[in-house]
Amino acid sequence: MERRSLFAAILIHICALLLAAVILAPVAWLFIMSISSTTDLISKPLNWWPETVDLSRYTRLLTAVANTEGAAFVAALFNSLRVAGMATVAALLVAIPAAWAVSRTPKVGWSLYAVIATYMLPPVALAVPLYMALAALGLLNTVYGLALVYLTILAPFTTWLLKSGFDAIPREIESAAMMDGARLDQILRLITLPLAAPVMATAALFAFLLAWDEFFYALLFTSDLRAKTLTVAIADLAGGRVSDYGLIATAGVLAALPPVLIGLFMQRALISGLTQGGVKG
Amino acid sequence: MSTAWVNMRGWLLMLPLLIVMVAVIGWPLVDTVRLSFTDAKLVGTSGNFVGIANYVKMLSNTGFQRALVTTTWFAVISVAAEMVVGVAAALLLNQQFHGRAVLRALMILPWALPTVVNATLWRLIYNPEYGALNAALTQIGVLDAYRSWLGEPGTALAALILADTWKNFPLVALIALAALQAVPRDITSAAMVDGAGAWSRFRFVILPYLAGPLMVALVLRTIEAFKVFDIIWVMTRGGPANSTRTLSILVYQEAFSFQRAGSGASLALMVTLMVTVLAVIYAAVIRRTAGAR
Repeated sequence: MERRSLFAAILIHICALLLAAVILAPVAWLFIMSISSTTDLISKPLNWWPETVDLSRYTRLLTAVANTEGAAFVAALFNSLRVAGMATVAALLVAIPAAWAVSRTPKVGWSLYAVIATYMLPPVALAVPLYMALAALGLLNTVYGLALVYLTILAPFTTWLLKSGFDAIPREIESAAMMDGARLDQILRLITLPLAAPVMATAALFAFLLAWDEFFYALLFTSDLRAKTLTVAIADLAGGRVSDYGLIATAGVLAALPPVLIGLFMQRALISGLTQGGVKG
Repeated sequence: MSTAWVNMRGWLLMLPLLIVMVAVIGWPLVDTVRLSFTDAKLVGTSGNFVGIANYVKMLSNTGFQRALVTTTWFAVISVAAEMVVGVAAALLLNQQFHGRAVLRALMILPWALPTVVNATLWRLIYNPEYGALNAALTQIGVLDAYRSWLGEPGTALAALILADTWKNFPLVALIALAALQAVPRDITSAAMVDGAGAWSRFRFVILPYLAGPLMVALVLRTIEAFKVFDIIWVMTRGGPANSTRTLSILVYQEAFSFQRAGSGASLALMVTLMVTVLAVIYAAVIRRTAGAR
């Protein structure tokens, strides 16, 4: 590999350029559509580069004037933030003690497998009773109901991720503190949780991204501005009678921005989390 | 501290999670089983017990059989494509070249894009009147006239598979790359000195290191692909002429569009059963991989 022929080097660079084009072209096109004028987008042959940069759709979507696309989009944006935020906090609240217990108590460990196994369940297997229950509780079309349902996805996932994080913290540190007379709550608060801060942050990010991405339950359990999330709002735009393709693209860019930024900046943490399951099994 | 107290404390700390899991997963699953033996509607009547009528009807239903075939095609082809392209991309990213770190960082883009945004993006690209794919293919002379990629039963499923593969192959690539970096350098060099060609180096030296992680990725991706709903719902809603109607889309239509909760539940359990079979294979594979290490 060290002594590579010139031919091989050129071939590798061509392949790398090709891969970069495959990855970038669709994303770049989404962005270009969002800043092109409607005339550019419906011309034949297609204008691949806008004559003038048109940012008006961004202002249109982000200003909440009653009964406009803007109002619907801003409402959906806040609903997504609230649902994903609440679901993440709730998932961590139940997952942190459970993950620590599983990591430190061998006798309890098997229950984790039961919890993780539920991650394999298709959402359609739970959807009908959840719908009936939310309807009975008056929680249909509310952000609280949706956040509660998202625990089906977030709670098992964060518990699994946190458990491997706690496993990496030597329990000798905890036993040493215990011999010095520290109480359990002091040990957790002052030693274990601060040491587990990075993995808790990763788990929170993953949970937030999962909730931000979720579509199936949101489609079923929300119906108007009070609870509709971004994914449903975008699917409405894409499937509706909107003839301005640039507007659909703009909504897509805005919805993709938070996860893409998190993805690019938190790369190391995310990749280690992503590949963990694959490499360690 | 006594062991009994440690175990007791463990269960106490597990309790909030277990309560939540029973409330939002355990109970709904049991209730789905109950509903599958009734003729309940989504709203209104709670339904009567009808025995296994829903299951009998489902298994003889051509719509179900067709959805099963469509789902299998979607899962097999998209996952196979993701594996091949993903491993190829990982092998490339494991080489030395200019801009390697940047390209590696870019791989996270398709993965980070929300599924619905990805579906919307490809729907725009495939647009029959103004889409970029039609424009590009006619401008380079491959295509004479614009086509409706998602509107024709012959191309719709393939177009969906391409969109799904584009989003998911980078994840396979990142998993494979992490495994490749665990291959000791001296082993590949030694094989090279012994005169092994590029293919036999890949097949006999590198692939054994990749096998475990790739099997896990393969089964996880297959399970995900088998449950597919979002991308299909946004791009085609199962059309045209039901040519992209997968099992999850079928359950949605039965239980929520037609409000037949009972038969929707029996369909949903059928999907669950199939995913469980895949999950059992997954567990067996992991155990074998762990044993081999």
